[in-house]
Formats: sequence, structure tokens, C-alpha cells
Amino acid sequence: MSVRVGVYVCHCGTNIAGKIDIDEVVRFSEGLENVALVREYKFMCSDPGQALIQKDIEEGKVDRVVVASCSPLMHESTFRSVCERSGINPYLLTMANIREQCSWVHVDAEDSTDKAKDLISAAVSRTSLLEPLEKRVVSINPRTLVIGGGIAGIQVALDLADAGKEVVLVEREPSIGGHMAKFDKTFPTLDCSACILTPRMVSVGQNPNIELLTYSELDEVNGYVGNFEVKIRKKARYVDPELCNGCGMCWEKCPGTRVPRKGNAHEKLSLGPTSSIYMPFMQAVPAVPVIDKDSCIYFQKDKCRICEKVCERNAIKYDMVDEIVEYEVGNIVIATGFKTFDPGIIKRYKYGVLPNVMTSLEFEVMNCAAGSTGGSIVMADGREPESIAIVHCVGSRDNNYHEYCSRVCCMYALKYAHLIKEKTKAEVYDFYIDMRCFGKGYEEFYDRLLGEDVRFVRGKVAEITNVPIHESEKDKLILTVEDTLLGAVRRIPTDMVVLCTALEAPDGLPDIAKMCNVSVGKDGFIIEKHPKLGPVATATDGVFVAGGSQSPKDIPDTVAQASAVSSAVLSMITREKIEIEAATAEIDEDRCCGCRICNTLCPYLAIKFDVEKNVSVVNEALCKGCGTCVAACPSNAITAKHFENRQILAEIEGILSAAK
Amino acid sequence: MKYTYYPGCSVKATANLYQESIDAIAPKLGIELDELDDWNCCGATAYMSVKELMSFALSARNLALAERYHRDIVTPCSACYLVLNKTNHYFSDYPELRKKLGIALEAGGLSYSGNIRVRHLLDVIVNDVGIERIGELVTRKLENLRVVPYYGCQVVRPEKDFDDPDDPKTMDRLIEALGATCVDYPLKTKCCGASLMGTQEKLALSLCKELLANAENRDAHCIITLCPLCQMNLDVYQVKVNRLFKTKFNIPVIYFSQLIGIAMGLPFRDLGLQRLAVKLTRPMKAIVGGA
Repeated sequence: MSVRVGVYVCHCGTNIAGKIDIDEVVRFSEGLENVALVREYKFMCSDPGQALIQKDIEEGKVDRVVVASCSPLMHESTFRSVCERSGINPYLLTMANIREQCSWVHVDAEDSTDKAKDLISAAVSRTSLLEPLEKRVVSINPRTLVIGGGIAGIQVALDLADAGKEVVLVEREPSIGGHMAKFDKTFPTLDCSACILTPRMVSVGQNPNIELLTYSELDEVNGYVGNFEVKIRKKARYVDPELCNGCGMCWEKCPGTRVPRKGNAHEKLSLGPTSSIYMPFMQAVPAVPVIDKDSCIYFQKDKCRICEKVCERNAIKYDMVDEIVEYEVGNIVIATGFKTFDPGIIKRYKYGVLPNVMTSLEFEVMNCAAGSTGGSIVMADGREPESIAIVHCVGSRDNNYHEYCSRVCCMYALKYAHLIKEKTKAEVYDFYIDMRCFGKGYEEFYDRLLGEDVRFVRGKVAEITNVPIHESEKDKLILTVEDTLLGAVRRIPTDMVVLCTALEAPDGLPDIAKMCNVSVGKDGFIIEKHPKLGPVATATDGVFVAGGSQSPKDIPDTVAQASAVSSAVLSMITREKIEIEAATAEIDEDRCCGCRICNTLCPYLAIKFDVEKNVSVVNEALCKGCGTCVAACPSNAITAKHFENRQILAEIEGILSAAK
Repeated sequence: MKYTYYPGCSVKATANLYQESIDAIAPKLGIELDELDDWNCCGATAYMSVKELMSFALSARNLALAERYHRDIVTPCSACYLVLNKTNHYFSDYPELRKKLGIALEAGGLSYSGNIRVRHLLDVIVNDVGIERIGELVTRKLENLRVVPYYGCQVVRPEKDFDDPDDPKTMDRLIEALGATCVDYPLKTKCCGASLMGTQEKLALSLCKELLANAENRDAHCIITLCPLCQMNLDVYQVKVNRLFKTKFNIPVIYFSQLIGIAMGLPFRDLGLQRLAVKLTRPMKAIVGGA
């Protein structure tokens, strides 16, 4: 069988042509076996570029295509659809990646050109042996799983539910609301966080399209886009939500105390009751308490049972156990949010050692009118501080911890400065590296604060100590800093220090990512499909990401991204059907000896065993074509379609034969 | 346990009391320190900041000489430790530098492959001999002796090979193993002024003053240190601090090895304690006895 391969070399502006000698590559490609013609163009992915390929196919000049351009992640789907439109099977295409894996990463022009030739030679050899494959179409379940009930998850759930679609919203904590529920005011408008969040939380609780599972965690994900099967673990809260009416008698009478944070005098800082049976905060949704087993006297010492006695509705159930519930969903949204960096790791800042050194999140709770201080700013001994230091970039923009900028800290630091000035007579010192006020109305807010008598000091705080040198430093927290505007090292005594801690990926995110088959970056956050053009999708179809789990974000950006996810999910649901990858594994029944080695190796649980025939069988809908089983099969009975052994060997031969 | 020993120049001269105490305790601890033949000066941290490459080359020579014995190289001096250890780390981390040092060594008929570790004597004693073994060797009760563990700035920075750079605990553990009381001392890694004592004396004295003041107001009987320069600044210059700031500090500043020797019941003369500028005080003697 003779094949006619067309090779299309893309300049990608100067991305490729700036490094690689296109003329030389074209000349080389023309000499390769099975190549019918070679063309080059400035942007192969553009309309005229695609038209070049389409014309050649339609005129019968070529029947297979090699596009030498960027990564297949970028444009494989583009060129597959060109093939399809022009009348050949889309799987008769190979992308030779001469951009990401060649021109972008090499320094020497001649070497890059040689490597481009190798890659094209490999692609041509492989393409000559490709087989046409049929794409499969699957239907999409209109129900969506949303993981995380912070503002991101709430927004997605409400958007979808308002559009009439069913949502399963899973939240690890006893209540939805996330971090936003702990805030008092929000920057830069200083509107009350609870006033804008609580109505949405209530809507989630009431919306018939939303199945709300709080105090629950994702346990298992199976299936594929449109047809996921998920298992969720509902942790035992020891209170029956059907019976409880949230009257509060139990936590008022509870003699237990949840374990406070070690070493900090502000250990009683809390939004909700500090008893063992507790509601995280008063506006919790659902308004059902939960028992903290670790501090509950009954669970630890087998006596007490006071909450049971005082509950008139008999809602306390000590024998409750974790329960696994299963759902079928079409799409999954990861909206787990973030956690804050533990500043105790930076020993120089003495967090957890010196009272009155606190984190930003603790300061938020202190400011919150519903918190244990009633919103007043007080020191551990109850006095009002005379001076407060706000320290930016604790754990972020620091090569020892997190390289990235946490984005929100500058703005909430300004908010704190404003709140302190509003509530106390304290002097405010704001230690910043750069003031990053990037959003709408942010710079204006900074400008406003410049007029509020806040002492801005540009410099990274080196150390916080309670060891005085001068009389004026006695019983103070002294911050040492290089004031880079002054060009001098300063020691500034204060009464209280607020550490603006970095936002980091939350515990458990890697597990969720693994279950959903998406990747996390070296910063720990979920990697989106494309940083610019695919900011809410992931590399796995049907899995989306919103909010802090993708990168540190403020509330406006989180809500915007969440609504973008909603629209992407709705677009999937509205389609009803989706084409999925045809490159799957296939088992030759005659060769399979029934050893079942592949059954346990398959990461997607796509291989089942047919007991009657004594052979293993691939479920094509679940198979992702990863090839693990192919490599492991001792009988060579499994073929990875589109990545057959002979195709891969041809590719290797192509590379080796091109080498000088 | 046998180690290649790199004494450095201080313990051969101004800090000979450090060497004497090391010689006294090492056999008891089961440590054999085999002095490196033909070692040269490490250049100290001062040279490192003036001529980095030359400084690396100086230390590379010592490392190359030591590598023949396939043992860890141990030094009691913080500056030597910093420079040797930094050279060793940079040698493996930076290929360009490795190449240059290779050429320099070759000119002297030497070569280095980066296969030995640089250790501070404190690390060896506490982590190799072990706290438990040290505890077993204690014969003299140091109960109620309040000891400040002063690490200085060099031993934990820039490499953090055996302890936390901001809150090191190795000497804290040692003090407790010897039965003494470890004083909570937030200035444990603060600079003593180091060689500034020769060029900016007032500044260095003010740094020493803070260290001494905070030891005094924490009711410490003594300060222990692991660095010849720290010891000299705090001990020998204590009288100058007193003169300049009108203070009355009288705090003995001894080496951790001397404290180990005291706890083991060794004669004070063997430990070089008679060479201290600030002698052991009466309250301290009341606890440690007066051999």
C-alpha cells in the first residue's frame, strides 16, 4: 500500500522560524520516504494555513498529514478537524512538536534544526503506518459534582441549579461558607462579608436542585467525562440533621472544650462555640452542630452524655458511623479553596511562641463581629494595643517557602490598617516589599489609606523578638527591618503583630487531584488546561477547577472563575453528547492467556475479566489508552490503538535514520 | 570512631584551651581525631568575601587532602566549618566552579571528587557519640547550673546540615544530657561582632553587651560556645564591655567541650579552664566543684 504523506512546517511567527532553518527542514522533509509534498507557512493554525492542508487533501495530493509545529496539547484537535473536514480520518495525523520540545528549549540554531529534522522524520515514519480509528460518542449526565463549599463552590452550585441542573455539593467542614464566612469586611469596598455571603449560603441550603453534603469528603471517582461514578464519605457528625433544629441547647451545656491552638494566648479566638459539640459559626448552613470526637468527654472517657440529655428532639446519635453514598455525575468541579501557611515554620517570627503574634486569619476572626472578641481588637491580656505591625509576604515571595505571590495579602493588609484605625487609637506599621494593588478600585483604596496616617515601611521583616535593647522596647514586640526607602536597619517596637501568611494548596488536594486524574503543579495548585485559553478546564475532560485550588485568588476573581466554570459545564450539559478518544487498548482474545496481570495494573479500572471465556476485556469507555497494560502483557496480546508497537518502532527508526 | 581532624589556626593559638579540652574528652567519648597532614588556613569568612574563588580553592585543597582517608573531616571552629562546608556544597552544586577548582587542584597535583562530609565537632559529639552515651559518662552533678547555649552566627548558616538556622537545639540537648539547666536564650544565633572587634570595636562591644546582658538577666551561671571567635569576644573583651558601658558582667564563657569535661569529672587544668579571662565564678564553682 502506498501512502502520500503531506508535511506542513509551521513558522509560528518567529517562535519556530527564529531558531530553526525552515528552508533546510523543508528540503530535508522532501527527501523522506512516502512524503508526497512539503509546505511551509507562517501560522499553520490560521485559516489560510488550514486551507492549505484542506486543499491538498481534497485534491487528492495527500492522504496523511504531518504538521510540524507546536505540542499536540495545543493544536492536535485543530488539525484533526481539518483532516475530518477534508475527508480523511482524523487519526491519520501526527504532530511533530518542533516548538515546545525544540525551538523553545534549545540555544543553538544548527542543533535545533537537526533536531527538528529528526522529529519530522520520526513523525513521517509513524504516520505511514497509522490506522484510521472511529471516534466514540457518549452521552453526558446533566448532574454535576462540586467539591468544596466556599464561595467558588457556592457560586458554581447556584449558577447550575438556577439553570435547572442538579448539583451535588460536597464540603469537608460541618458548614459551607469556606474562608469567606470568617471575614468581617471585604476589600476594597469594605462591604460586610456575611451580608453578601449568608444569603447565598441560605439559597444553597434551600435550592431543590442542590444536594448538599457537608462534613463529607470525596472517596472515589470512576468513569469518564459525562459518566463519572463518585463515592462520597459522609463523616459521622453524631447529630441527626433530620431531627436537629439548631436550637443550641447542646453546645450551651456541653462541658467539653475543643483543643485550642498551642502556645498562643489568643487560643480562644473562635467564631462559634468552643465546646466539643459545636457549630462552626452561627450562620452555618446547615444549622446542625457536630461533635468533635477528640475532645468530647463521652467519646474519650465514656461518661457525660449531657448533650443527649438536653436535646429535646433526640437528635444526638453517638452510634452514628461514616456512610458512603454514591452518585452518577457528568462533570466534576474542583473548588476546594486554599489553606494558609503555618508561620511557625519561620522561627524568626516567633509565631506560637510570643503571644500577640498572630496570623491574618486569626486577625480576621478577631475583627469579625460574630467572633469571641465581638470584633474588638485586643491583646492576649485584654488591653487595647497602642501599636500594631502588619507584616506582608509571610511565606510567599520567599524562595525558602513559596516563590509565588499570594495576591490577596496587600489588599487585606490595607483593609486591616483601615479597620485598626477605625476601631482603635493604635499606631499602624505596615511592612511591605511591594504594594500590589492590581484590581478594580484597589489602587484607589491604597491611595485612601496613604491619607489615613498609616506608617508604611518598605522592607521585609527580618525578625520579631521580645528581647529589648532600649528602655522604650520593654514588654514590646520588636520588629527588625531594613527600611529600603530609608536605607537603614530599624527596630520598631509594637504591641501586636499580624502576619499576612501565604495562601497555599489545601491538605488533601493532591488526593482529590489523583482521584480526578488531574495534575498539581510544583506550587501544589491544580494545573489548568491552558493558562490563558483554558483557565477553568483541566487536562481531563469533564473536570474543571475554580477558585483558590487553582491559584491564590481574591473574591472577585474567584467568583468570576466560578461562573466561567458554570458556563463551561452548562455548555457540556447542553451538548448532551461528547466524542471521546478512540485511541484505546484492545485485547486479542486468541492470544490472551487469562493471567489477569493487566486487571490490577489498569489505573482506570477499565479491564474486567470474562470468566467464561477466560480472557481479559477492555471497557473502551473507561480506557484512556495509557498503554500500561500493553507493556505488562506477557503474551503480547494487547494493542494500544494509535500507539501500536510497529508504529512506535517506526517512529524510533525515523529518528535514528535521520541522525547523522 | 575515627575522623580526619582539621583544627584550624585558632585552636593552635588563642583558643588553645579549646584544644586542650578536646584532647581531654575525645578519648573518653571514643573519638579518634587524626590531624590532617599539611593542612592550610581556611582563609576564614573574611577572605571568602574578598576573593571568593581563591578562598574556595584554599578549602578545596584541604578537602582534597582529606579525601584520601575516606572519612568525615571534623573541625571545632565555626569559621573553618562554614568555609569548608560551603566549599563542599558549592563544589557539588555548581559545575562551573567545580571545573575551576579542578584546574586549581591539578596545578598542585591534587584532585577532589566531593565524596567526604564536613562536620562540626559539636555535631559529631552530639549526633555520632550520642546524647545517651554522653549522659552515661557524667560523674559530676551539674544540677541547677544555668547554662546559656550560644551558637553564634556561623555554625548554622548558610548550610543547615545538622540544625535549624534560627532555633538550633543541638547544644540545648547536650546541656540537658549533662544534667544542667538550659537557659531559654532568644539571642542564641545573634552575632557577637566577630572580627569587627578589630576594626569597629565599639560596635562589636555593643553586640557583646546585648549577649552578656541577656545572659545575666536570665540568671545564667555561664555561657557555652562552640566558636573560638565568639569565645574570645565574650570572654577576653568582657572587661572592655564593662569599661565602655559601665556594666559589671562577670559571666564565664566556656567551650561546650569544657563543660563536657567538667561533667565527666576531669581536672580543670586538663580542660584549660585556668586560661579563661573571666574565671569560673563562686556560685558556679559551688555547683561544679573546684578540681
